[in-house]
Amino acid sequence: MKYVEEYRDPVAAQQFADAIKRTVTRPWKLMEVFGGQTHSIVKYGIDELLPKEVELVHGPGCPVCVTPLELIDKALQIAAQSNVIFCSFGDMLRVPGSGGDLFSVKAAGGEVRIVYSPTDAVQIAIQHPDKQVVFFAVGFETTAPANAMSVFQAKQMGLKNYSVLVSHVLVPPAMEVILGSPDNHVQGFLAAGHVCTVMGYEEYVPIAKKYQVPIVVTGFEPLDLLQGIYMCVSQLEEGRYEVENQYARAVRKEGNLPAQQLVAKVFQVVHRKWRGIGEIAQSGLGLAPEFAEFDAETRFGVSGYTAEEDPECISGLVMQGAKKPEECTAYGKRCTPDHPLGAPMVSSEGACAAYYRYRRLRSDDLVNVGSKSGG
Amino acid sequence: MCLAVPGKILSVHGEDFARTARVSFGGIVKEVSLAYVPEANEGEYVIVHVGFAISVVDEAEALLTFEYLKQMGELADLDPKAGEA
Repeated sequence: MKYVEEYRDPVAAQQFADAIKRTVTRPWKLMEVFGGQTHSIVKYGIDELLPKEVELVHGPGCPVCVTPLELIDKALQIAAQSNVIFCSFGDMLRVPGSGGDLFSVKAAGGEVRIVYSPTDAVQIAIQHPDKQVVFFAVGFETTAPANAMSVFQAKQMGLKNYSVLVSHVLVPPAMEVILGSPDNHVQGFLAAGHVCTVMGYEEYVPIAKKYQVPIVVTGFEPLDLLQGIYMCVSQLEEGRYEVENQYARAVRKEGNLPAQQLVAKVFQVVHRKWRGIGEIAQSGLGLAPEFAEFDAETRFGVSGYTAEEDPECISGLVMQGAKKPEECTAYGKRCTPDHPLGAPMVSSEGACAAYYRYRRLRSDDLVNVGSKSGG
Repeated sequence: MCLAVPGKILSVHGEDFARTARVSFGGIVKEVSLAYVPEANEGEYVIVHVGFAISVVDEAEALLTFEYLKQMGELADLDPKAGEA
C-alpha cells in the first residue's frame, strides 16, 4: 500500500457509486466542508457518478478564500516595507486585496518569498538578522500546529526579527453558522479529514445532535469521498444523525494531542472575520498573550485598519453552499484565475477555480459541438 | 495549501521537538518534522502537512475500505436489484 493510487481505482469507485444508488430513495443535499475535497470531487467528476437524488454543495473550507480582505491589505502594507522579507504559502500571493496582490508588491521591488513550511520562514529570519521576517500564518486547524511551532521556536531562540500575520480559522463555528441559517438546506456533512487528524472529531458530536445532521469525517481521495457520501446517505436514509469516521487510517477520535497542546499554548480562540461571510464569534485563533510580541499587526502598526469587500463577488454565497460558481454572472467572464474578483477563483482549493479548471473546457467543448452541429 | 500527503519514513534523526525524518513521497524525498508524532518509526507511513507529520497511517484501518467494498460486492451479488444499477 502507498495510500494514494489504491484510493483512485475506478472499478472500486463504481462499486461505491452503485452502493449509493441502491441506498438512496429520495433527494439529499450534502456539503463537503473542505476545499481540498471540492477539488477532488470536481477533478474526478465524483458528483457525476452520483444518482440525481444526491447533490453536493461546496463548503467554506478554503483558508485562502476566507482570509478577509483587510488582512490581505495588511499583508500588502507590511510586505511593501523595505526592511521586510514577507513569507507566505504560494497560493496567497495572487489573492486580490483592495489595491493589488502580493505578486504586485514583489514586482514593485518588495521582498516576498514563497515557503513550503513556516519553519522555513524561521530559518530565513536566522539568516537575515538585519531584516524583519514576517510569515502569513493562514489556515485551518490542520496548519495551526506548524504555525504554532514556528512561533514557539522563535521564542525559544529569542528571535527579535520574526513575526506572524495571523488569520487562523476554525471549522466547527462555520458549520454552525451554515446550519443555523434560516435558508440552510444542508442535510449532512462530509467533515474535513485533515482538520480532524489534528483536532479529532469529538467536537462535532454536539453539532450532529443539536442540528440532527449526520457528520462523516472524510478523506480526499475519490474512494474516500464516495465511501463518505455512502456513509452519510445511509445515515440519512435510516434517520440517524451521528458522527462517523470514514478516514480512520489517518484520524483518531481524540486527534493529535501533542499538536493540540502546542496550539493551545501559542494561540487562543478569538472572533474572526471570514471573507464573504462576515465575523463569526470564537471562530479563529490569535496569538496568546505570552506570544503577543510575535504579532506582526502590532509590530507594524496595522491592527486598526479595516476594508470593505467588492459587492460584485458572490463568494460568500458560494462558500456557504447557497450558490454554485456557475451561477455567478462574473464567473469565467470578468472573474478568471488570471483576473480573480474573489479568492475562490485563486486558490487551488477554491470552488470557483476548481470549476474553471475542470468544468470550463468540457462546457466549451459542448458549445463547440453544438455550434458545429448547428452550422 | 491544506493538502496533506502520505509518505514513507526512510530514516529518523534527532529527539523530541527536533526529531525529523527523511520521508519519501513516491520517490521524492523531503525532510519532515516528527515533533507531533513521537510514536512514528522508520518504515511507517505518515500524513505530512507543510513539513510536519500530523498522523501515522494505520494500515489495518486503511485496508478496511477495501474489505468494506468486498463485502458490499458479495452483498450485491445476492441482491437482484444490484444488476440494474
